[in-house]
Formats: sequence, C-alpha cells, structure tokens
Amino acid sequence: MTNANTLRSRELMMREARTAYLFLLPCLIFFVGFVVFPMFICIFYSLTNANMNAKAATEFIGLLNFQNLLTDKTFLEALRNTFVIVIVSVPAVCAFSLWVSSAIYKLSGPVLSAFRCIFYLPVVTGSVAVTVVWKWMYDNYTGILNFVLKGSGLIEKNINWLGDSKYALWCIILILFTTSVGQPIVLYVSALGNVDATQIEAAKVDGATDFQVFWNVKWPQMMPTTLYILVITTINSFQCFALIQLLTSGGSGTNTVMYYIYYTAFKLTEQLGHFGYANAMGVVLAIFIGILSAVQFKLAAEK
Amino acid sequence: MNKSELQRKGAYGIFSLVVLVILAFLFMFPLYWIVTGAFKIAKEYNSVTPVWFPSVFTLDNFARLFARRTAPLWELAVPFSAMFSPDKTPVMLSVGPTVPAAIRWLLNTVFMAVMAMVLTCITASMAGYALAKKRFPGRALLFSLIVCAMALPKQVILIPLIKEISAMGLWDNIWAVIFPTVGWPFGVFLMKQFSEGIPGEILEAARIDGATEWRTFTTIVVDLVKPGIGALAIFTFINSWNDYFLQLIMLGSGSNYTISLGIATLQAETSIDVGILMAGATLAAIPIIAIFLAFQKYFTQGITMGAVKG
Amino acid sequence: MKIKRILSMLMAAFMVASLAACGGSPAPSSTEPAPSPSTPASTDPAPEAPTDGGSITLWTYPIGNWGQEAEVKKLTDAFTAETGIEVKVEYLAYADGDDKVNAAITGNNAPDLVMEGPERLVANWGANGHMVDLKDMLDDTDKKEIQASVLASCTAPDGAVYEYPLVMTAHCMAVNLDAFKEAGADQYLNLETRTWTTDDFLKAVDALYAKYGSTVGAVFCKGQGGDQGTRVLVNNLYGGTFTDAAHTKYTWDDEKNIQALAKLKEINGIDFDASLEGGDEIKLFYQGILKMAFCWNIAQQLNPNTANTGEGLTQSGEEIAFMSFPSQDGTAKLNGGIWGFGVFDNGDATRIENAKKFIKYMADSAHTVEAVKTANYFPVRSAAEGTDLTGIWADNKTMNDYQILMPFLGDYYQVTKGWAGARTAWWNMLQDVGEGQDIATVVAAGAAEANAAAAG
Repeated sequence: MTNANTLRSRELMMREARTAYLFLLPCLIFFVGFVVFPMFICIFYSLTNANMNAKAATEFIGLLNFQNLLTDKTFLEALRNTFVIVIVSVPAVCAFSLWVSSAIYKLSGPVLSAFRCIFYLPVVTGSVAVTVVWKWMYDNYTGILNFVLKGSGLIEKNINWLGDSKYALWCIILILFTTSVGQPIVLYVSALGNVDATQIEAAKVDGATDFQVFWNVKWPQMMPTTLYILVITTINSFQCFALIQLLTSGGSGTNTVMYYIYYTAFKLTEQLGHFGYANAMGVVLAIFIGILSAVQFKLAAEK
Repeated sequence: MNKSELQRKGAYGIFSLVVLVILAFLFMFPLYWIVTGAFKIAKEYNSVTPVWFPSVFTLDNFARLFARRTAPLWELAVPFSAMFSPDKTPVMLSVGPTVPAAIRWLLNTVFMAVMAMVLTCITASMAGYALAKKRFPGRALLFSLIVCAMALPKQVILIPLIKEISAMGLWDNIWAVIFPTVGWPFGVFLMKQFSEGIPGEILEAARIDGATEWRTFTTIVVDLVKPGIGALAIFTFINSWNDYFLQLIMLGSGSNYTISLGIATLQAETSIDVGILMAGATLAAIPIIAIFLAFQKYFTQGITMGAVKG
Repeated sequence: MKIKRILSMLMAAFMVASLAACGGSPAPSSTEPAPSPSTPASTDPAPEAPTDGGSITLWTYPIGNWGQEAEVKKLTDAFTAETGIEVKVEYLAYADGDDKVNAAITGNNAPDLVMEGPERLVANWGANGHMVDLKDMLDDTDKKEIQASVLASCTAPDGAVYEYPLVMTAHCMAVNLDAFKEAGADQYLNLETRTWTTDDFLKAVDALYAKYGSTVGAVFCKGQGGDQGTRVLVNNLYGGTFTDAAHTKYTWDDEKNIQALAKLKEINGIDFDASLEGGDEIKLFYQGILKMAFCWNIAQQLNPNTANTGEGLTQSGEEIAFMSFPSQDGTAKLNGGIWGFGVFDNGDATRIENAKKFIKYMADSAHTVEAVKTANYFPVRSAAEGTDLTGIWADNKTMNDYQILMPFLGDYYQVTKGWAGARTAWWNMLQDVGEGQDIATVVAAGAAEANAAAAG
C-alpha cells in the first residue's frame, strides 16, 4: 500500500517536473543560449590571452589577467566610477521619486497625469536622443548651462562640464537620473494611492505626526514597490554605456567598467591578449553584480 | 488640527508645487529643444547665444537627413540563406523601394521592440509560472542564476556574444538584437513574483475539472498575471528601444540600423551639423512618445498593479 | 481586453513578417526596382564572371566626399554599370569606425573593401594578417607613377602592399583672418609663404587673448578624431619628434615636446579641452568662437565645416586662412594623410577578385580623376593608365595655393607598430596635462605605454 503510494507520488512528481521543464523550455533556450552559455565562454576566455588577431595563438594563462587587473589603475578607477554611479543614482532616484510622488499623488486627475507624463518623457525619448541635447547644454563654449550661470553671475569663467574630471561624472549621473525617475514616480504614485486609508486615519486619531504616519503606515505598505524600484533602477544604472560613449568616450574621469570592456575589446586591439583581458573585466563585474543582486533579493525575500 | 498647522502645510504645499513646476519645465526642456531645433535654420541652431524659438520653421534639416542616407524600405530574405549561398549574400524574396534610411531605421526599431516584447512576454510568463507553481529538480539553482544574471550589463559577454551570433550567421541582422534581449532573465523574475500570487485552489480546481496543463495556463494563469505581463511588456519595449549597446555591436550595415544607432552614427559623423542631429532625434523620439501617450493608461496601470502585487 | 486584441493582431502580423525577415546582411543598394536575386544555393556557383557580377561591400571613412552617399553613389553606379558588380557601401565615422571594423573582424564579418590610410590598413589590420597583399596589382608603370614615399608607406616591412593609395594631403592649421586683423595679430602671419615661427605664434595668441579675453585655440583631446593636429602642433613648436626615423619606437617623451606642452599649458588663450575632438574644434572655429583650428586641411578649406556656406569663410563670413604650423625656424614638418583601398581576406577568391577590379577602376584608370576629385585631395600618382593627373586641380585656385604646403610634408610615421595604442596614450596624456598633472611624469608614462604597444 505505502509502496504503491510512493510510486504514485513519484510518478506525479515526475509528471510535474516534466511539465515544468516544458514550460521552461522556450525561455531556457534564450536564457541559456544568449546569457549563460556566453557567460561560460567569457569565464573561459578570461583565463586565456585570446586576441582579435588570429595570428597570435590562444594560450591558457591562468589567473594572470586578474592579477593584472588588480594593478591596472584605469580599471580600478573604472570600477570605482561604476559603483559611484550605482550608489549615488539608485538612492537619489528612489528618494526623489518618492518626494515627487507624495507631492503630486493627491492632485486632481489631469494635473496628476500631466506631471506623471512629463517626468516620464526623458525615459521614452531615449538615451541617444537626449544626449544630443545634453551635449549642447554642457558645452564649454556655447552651452546653455554656462550661458545661464554666467549670465546670472554665478560663475565668472566657463566651466568645461564634460571636459573636467571634477564635474564630468556628475554630469553623466544627472542625465542618468533624469532618464530614470519616470517609472519610479508612476509606481510610487499608485502605491501611495493604494495605502489603506483607515490605517492612516487610525494612526492620526492616535496623535501620530505626518512623519510617523508616513514611516509607520505608508512606508511598510510600499515596501514591495520600493524593492521593485530598487531592482529596475539598479538595472538602469548599469545601462549608462550610451551616455559615456557618446558624451565623453570614457575620458575626464568618467570611465566605467562597461565602457572599458568595450574599449579594451575594440580599441586596444594591439594589446596582447586584449580579448582575454576584457573578458576578465567582465567576470569581475559579473561577480560584483551577482553579489549585489543576491543581497537585494535577500532583502526582498525577507520582506 | 489647528490653524497654524494648516498654514504651515499650505506654505509647504505651495513651495513644493512651485519646485515641481520648475522641475517639470526642466524635464520637458530637452524634448522641447530637440523638436524646436529640428525646425530651426542654420544660423539659429549654430548661434552662440541660445535662440529659444525658431523665427521661421524650415524643413531643411529633415530634407538633409533624408537625403543623407538611403535604404530599401524592406528586405525580406530567405532565412539563413546567407550561410548557403555561394557568395555569402542572402537570397532576397523581396526588396522594397529606396527610401530615406531614417524611415527604414524606424521600421527596424519598431519591429525589434515589438518582437522582443512579444517573445519575452510569452517565454517569461510560461517560465515564471513554472518556477512559481511547480516543483522540479534544479529549481533553486535556476532561480539563483536568474537573480544573479538579472542586472548583468551586456558588455560583460560582449565578445562571446558577437562570436556566437556571427557563428549563427545572424550578425548584422535585427534578430541578433532581439534574441539576447529575450534571453535577459528580468522578465522571468518578474513573472515568477506575479505567478506566486495565483491561489493554488484555482489551479487545483482546474486540474480536477480535467483541464490540461496548457489549457490551465492559457485560460487561468495568463488571465491572473495579466497586469504583470503588461508591466513586463512596457519594460521590455522601452528597454529594447533604448538598448543602444546591443544595436551598436550587432548591426553593421546602414540599412539594418535602428533609429538610436542611426542617430548615434550621425552624431559621430557630423557632430557639426546640429540641425540634422535635431531632426534625427525628433524622428527617434516622436513615435515612441506618441505610443506612450496613446497607451498612457496601460503604461501606468500595468506597472502599478505589478509593483503592488509583486 | 482591447490591448489583448491589439497585441494578438500585432503578433500575427509580425510573425508573418518575421518568417521572411531573417537574413539580410549584405544586400544590393541599387535603386533597381527588382534586383536580380543571387543564385540559390542549389545551382552551380559559376565563378567565371556570371551575368550579374556578384557583389562586394565597401566600408569607407569620411575622406572628403567619400563620406557622402550622394557623391559615392555616382562613382559606384558607374562602376556597376561597367562591370556588373554591385557595391554595397557603408559609411564609417572616425569616432567609432575602428570599433565597428574590429567588431566585424571578431565575428569574421569584415567587409571586402575598406578605404582609409596606411596607419590602419598596413600597420594594424595588414600587419595582423587580415588583409590581402595587393602587390600583384602594381606593375612597373604604376610604381613609377605613384610617389615613392607614398608607396613606401603603403608597404609593410615584409614587402606586402596592403593599401592601394588614391589620394594624399598635408594637414595644416587655420586662422580666422578677420579676428587676427582685429587683434592686430595678422602682422605675425606670412600669407605669402603660409609659415610662421614659434615666437610669432605665441605673440599672436597673446594679442588675441588680450583682445578677446577667452580661449582662442583648443588643444582638443577627447579622442582620436583629428589628433594629428595636436601632435604636429606640439612636435613643431620646439622641434620635437613623435617617433624615431626608423619607425620602431615612440620618442614623444623628449625634452622639446615637454617644453612645448608646458608652454601651451601656461599661455593664456590656449586651453587643453577634453570635451572636444577634431570635429568639435572645427565647428567652434567655424562658429567664430575659436580663432584658430589645429585640425585643418584642404578639404576643410574648400568647404569649412562641410556646411556649404562658402569656401574659406566662417559662418558669419569671416575669412579663413590656412597656415603651416609654427616652428622655431618657420619650416614645420607637416603630417601627411594618405588614403586608399585595402582588401580584407575573407577567404573568397571571387570577392577578392571583384574587390581588386573595384580598386583598379577607382585608383588606376581613366575614372581615377573623379575618384580623386570626390575626395577633395591630391592624387598620389602622376598618371593613371595614360590619363594625366597632375593638372586635375588646375582650375581651382585654392587647391593650387595649397600646393605651397606640400613640400613641408614630413615623415609618415603613423605606420609605426602599436599605432592605435600609441595615439590612445597620446590623447589620454593630453587630458592629464590639461588636468594640471606634472607634465614630465605624464609624458614619460604615456610614451612608455605607447612603446609597450609598439613592442607588443
């Protein structure tokens, strides 16, 4: 009897697993084919001196690429910049969109949707199209930023926004910021609208301040939204390649690992083993991002 | 609630509204500048002091943009024929009339974004359902892989991806941009979060009624996770529209460019001709903004419900 | 529900389209309404000159009007009419053209033909085994007709010719003559010989700065675009060199270059600008903001900023004068540009043959006149298959005037090994100098990096 039961349940389990695999199959073809498999090849390459020029034979060189990365000043700077971008832009986007949303969510319908649309505009305009304008706004000689600041007497001499390592990275972050806040604002507006009104009333009756109402009632209820926003903003922040390639080409202290990989792969083609080296950078970046995602997910799971 | 508090709130409210209005103008400014710039005459867009509004509207910039590069409106080739034809040229079924390349770029972009969106939604909702509601060996491993790969920038696998796509004979083909986008696992993650909200009893009831797994999925699951699919569709559409990097490394010939890549190439070729750039940027921005405005309700709805539930 | 219906309709439409849209890399670019499809896989390949002569791809950098589709199309259409070979042209930009070619090489998708200079075709792609040796295209007459120094630059150390040269020029600089006059700085220019000394140049910058109080010339260093301008400026100011005469190593860490960089850094009116490339500098010069441009040549002089607003004029109609670079004795060593065609070895004999036919047609036939004129530069050879090329610009005064600079043409050192790495090190070094770092240190580090690339 028990034997038959376990047999039956095993059969059921196998059937369930088979169905699951069938449902997963289309997705796995793409995920394994275009993400996991290349990632493995990437790890393999990172241990070699692979090169674009076929003449040089590929040799296995162990962890030499990684050793060299540790002493490569350009790479370390790029790594630092990458994290500055993520660490600054993610919280800034979250805080800003939360503030905007709480300021607008009670407004009347058309005004609210007008605001929502306006903040969404840079997202849909697309990063390449907006760089055309930002390039001009930041221009050292004819840019509007210098024109306005100088006209209003705030600065005496033109600032070379994209050509000066004191400013360039922040200029990039600002553009990234404007193209990232649209979706979070939309999300927060509706999350705020969905907060349970009776709980707010109850808290107010108990004499809670506005801040306490926000912190104890609204914020916990918006947690899932916040986590979703954290995830998509992080993904977005790693997509800043276009801004850097088109605006500074990685100069003036704006190099990121993402750009440096591209640069090593296709500009430094004369450097021995440059493909291997670029892949090693990719592996390092992937490890960091894997950890970051795991931490984020842990947070989400606890919630 | 006493009067002074009301006043304080009012003052803060007005202050924040003023700040918001100023910010709104700043956010609109790039788009305003692109669109007006596209219609300015050379003297105005090259002016050292900003010209805020075109004195005359000229279509000259668009004319130059359209005359600059041309491409056939469409090229339908026999799939993979390039791999078998003697001189590695694909066998064309049909080639459209020659039009300004920018028009072709727009078509390519729409095709790419829509295909990426549709394929992602199908594969991710199926996989997300399986991950959330089925038990199978390797589930935990697969899920951790997905979570870790979610934020991975595509630059990481740049070289292997180019080699792989080239080996498949897909380089310089719009599908080379679509497939890796579909492979990106964020969608699976999102759909898994959504599918977890499906009550087990409903699925159980369907099974007892004798519905097949596929039928259960298409009739019940899809209906329940629709807000999630909406959110994912929007996310994928916009992301793939804006994913300049993949387009940059995968598309080699001018007739296969997307509009983003086309504008970026223009910018590299002629950073000097601002008028043509503005016209190009206008062309790139306006269709997607039109789509956004037309589907605005769904944009905001879809994402909202997704986040609250997820 | 509505969105679902729309989606499903879209899906159906695109599924149908997608079935067919697969494929489609190199496609005929002709305007013929119904291009004859290439032979399907099953039929005999028929290598010996079929009725439709096959197709080739050409990737060209913006060399004069070789970057303009409308102009290039005239040339390729004529070629197709004569040979039946379709040419599909892609237009590259200097900012990211190399990346594109390299990405294509990575996946074995390189074009058949590429048009650029020896620094890429010979020293980079050629030296690394990606190009076809074109030696067999040069008979004794060709060798006599083509300038010896040009041919030498197109030849690899092992004797292989990886570039068939078409045009050449000398890069120079330009000044805004009206602005110079206004500032009283035109006294330092010798418009007869088009030369000036370092002292004159520095005095002119002082005068301009005194008049305008802002940057009058920019040492642009965002990327490689137009970097010959900054190299030649720095090298000539106090007589430094960029490489040794044998093209084996980079010598820009010598004292004279450091002195020049220090002087440029120190003087008011000259700024190191990491937000500009050559093209951006030209634009600012054209707008009248900068009073001199270091990235200039005859094609720019004929059509400043490619804006079609008049030969030798800025946007507001001020007069532009081309000048040699300043040096201590007034005789600068200018950097040359050589452009021509190379053939990528994609392992397909028919395509290589067709590519060679294209080169022969453009660079060594009666049609060479148009090919050269399209580039807006000077021919590298005296005659092509009996057509005299020496006088093709005789009716153009500017071109004739410009000939005065050609004797200053210096060594074509861009073929030194590790060139791509070296020029990268160069602009990064300029950025560091601009940021105020110790000049001797960053120059030494930059040159070391360049020499590492040369050794690699």
